[in-house]
Amino acid sequence: MPNDIFYDTHMKNKPTSYGRMPGIPDGKDLKRKLLRGMLRLRLIEERLSAIYHQADEIKTPMHLYTGQEAVAVGVCAALRPSDTVSPYHRSHGWYIAKGGDLNAMMAELMGKEAGCSGGWGGSMHLLDTAAGVMGSSSILAATVPHAVGAALAFQMKGEDRVAVAPAGDAAIEEGVFHESLNWASFKKLPVIFVCENNLYSTTTPLSARQPRVDIYKRAEAYGMPGHRCDGNDVGGVYAKAVEAVHRARRKEGPSLIEVMTYRWREHVGPHYDWDAGYRTKQEVEEWMEHCPIRALAAEFPAQEVQLLRDEFEKEIDESLAFARQAAFPRKETIKESIRV
Amino acid sequence: MKYSESIRDAQAVMMRQDKRVFVCGLGVPAPGEVFGSTRGLKEEFGDQRVFDTPASENGTLGVLLGASLQGMRPIMVNQRVDFFLLALDQLINHASKWKYMFAGRQEMSVLIRLIVGRGWGQGPQHSQSMHALFAHIPGLKVAAPATPYDAKGMIISALQEGGPVVMIEHRRLYDEAQDVPEGVYRVAFGQARVALEGKDVTLVASSHMVSEAKKAVRLLGLKGISAELIDLRSLRPLDVQTVYSSVKKTGHLVLVEGDWKPCSVSGEIIASLAEKDPGIFKSAPLRVMWPDMPAPTSAPLEEAFYPSVKDIGDACFKVLGRPGSVSEEESQEKVKFSGPF
Ligand SMILES: Cc1ncc(C[n+]2csc(CCOP(=O)(O)OP(=O)(O)O)c2C)c(N)n1
Repeated sequence: MPNDIFYDTHMKNKPTSYGRMPGIPDGKDLKRKLLRGMLRLRLIEERLSAIYHQADEIKTPMHLYTGQEAVAVGVCAALRPSDTVSPYHRSHGWYIAKGGDLNAMMAELMGKEAGCSGGWGGSMHLLDTAAGVMGSSSILAATVPHAVGAALAFQMKGEDRVAVAPAGDAAIEEGVFHESLNWASFKKLPVIFVCENNLYSTTTPLSARQPRVDIYKRAEAYGMPGHRCDGNDVGGVYAKAVEAVHRARRKEGPSLIEVMTYRWREHVGPHYDWDAGYRTKQEVEEWMEHCPIRALAAEFPAQEVQLLRDEFEKEIDESLAFARQAAFPRKETIKESIRV
Repeated sequence: MKYSESIRDAQAVMMRQDKRVFVCGLGVPAPGEVFGSTRGLKEEFGDQRVFDTPASENGTLGVLLGASLQGMRPIMVNQRVDFFLLALDQLINHASKWKYMFAGRQEMSVLIRLIVGRGWGQGPQHSQSMHALFAHIPGLKVAAPATPYDAKGMIISALQEGGPVVMIEHRRLYDEAQDVPEGVYRVAFGQARVALEGKDVTLVASSHMVSEAKKAVRLLGLKGISAELIDLRSLRPLDVQTVYSSVKKTGHLVLVEGDWKPCSVSGEIIASLAEKDPGIFKSAPLRVMWPDMPAPTSAPLEEAFYPSVKDIGDACFKVLGRPGSVSEEESQEKVKFSGPF
């Protein structure tokens, strides 16, 4: 296993812990909320996988979130609607978890005018300002400074809001990521950097790109707290996010949270890629064993979980029906002026 | 040999004969091997000379430039030209100027391979070509080969001549095949190629647009119009002379470029010809290029965004002042890309 150190030390036998934070509902209500969020996301992505190539109705490179649900759901559960996230190419999870409109996302994936980006953006460029989803970019780490800028604006305007900057483990390698941490820290900005460490950049393992220096520890060099948590433990992610949100709201500045997680499906597209040759089937299956949703769902009566599933499947059916019947943008919106 | 194979072959040939050459970039030895263009290189040359890099484009280019100053000949591969924009500081402020800042005492030598995407919802950040941006910078050589033969020959020229070279490779050319000689041969920078001879109108293109223009020339032929097609191959230095000679003969010019119109290579060609000989044109030249906006993702918008073979053919009718057009059905795109790529 190419990333054995990360995997062994940080993933195995971790107890599931749910943090208790002041002012946040705890216990079953919170668990139910987290379960709902993750299950809904999972079912949306699984459905997308199933239909992606079927009718060729989704013509946009799609980076699925399957397996990583606990990250966006755990973090967003600690946020208010007025807070913002600035997602990256693996954007569906953040869009949905932050409260983006499912109909609008489905329409966007099909390139329709009713899409959240009017059909111009596709899967990698989702936007829902009402829900606090700032536009996502497909250029690594590019939106990290955008979140810092949002936090700067909140600070300047005296608004009690927090910005979240999600980034993959490869984004950490870009200069702008480090520039952003420096910026946020010296300005004490209300921003939370969330690194979704899924161990791979496309098919290149972490060990081929970075020295074995834990990502979360780099925060210290910038004078901010760094945490690591288990991405299969949504409660743990939530607890760390709450801590960081409190710190930001207390005007104490940014935090970095590294979440150890795993992408079940291929980098881009709907398939499992066991045979692609860069990771073993066994490795994928071990992570699937530690499915963040299954662990939490087991705490609820099977019947309740089934009801949730039915509810979400119905919602997904409806959103797909909505997207299918929606109109494409008019071709004339491409300016004619320069064409022959 | 396919275009992708010719690129692979050029790198292999040069690595065999020149110990200074090495290849790196995100995903270079990974499954997929950059759409086949680095296939097997790691097996043959080992992971010291063929390796993955962090996702740090500006840092990586800077590191490679530093290595080149110690006598190495690095090749930096980027899966999309768009990602490489993060490295413009090292490219424009350093690589292109180094030789000039130090009166030629030192030169930075690197070959930068940039792949251009198009279609299947690639969207605004995965489909740019940036021909004009790179061609604007003094101190750089910029290649945009349209054929496997030229791709290989230009890589070899780049590595043998040294200096910073940007090579723009269109993904849609990757499967186009042609006989390519074994071993070492060079295709010079700054030397355009007359791809098809004709007498009525001059078509100028580079990279993937050469293939599109070729289709248009065939359709024009069916309608009795003989078009001459010039493949620029190198965008900097730019061979205006070959275009000049052709327009001298035909008097009519249509330029086809996968890029935006303002400040484009095509604009530069028109300006150069006008400066040289304003009387050369029997009609106003026409440019068939992208609409003045980033590429949209939605399929129908994308289809409307990219000029078609028919647009190219019709432009030729127009400059010739002839009524008519090439036929709609015949110009339909046959390529069915089942993305993503
Ligand atoms: C500047 C830049 N360089 C390279 C790429 C190509 N690229 C797209 S996704 C990706 C992998 C990113 O890995 P990570 O940040 O870990 O996120 P993940 O896809 O694993 O969620 C790469 C290298 C890019 N989009 N932008």
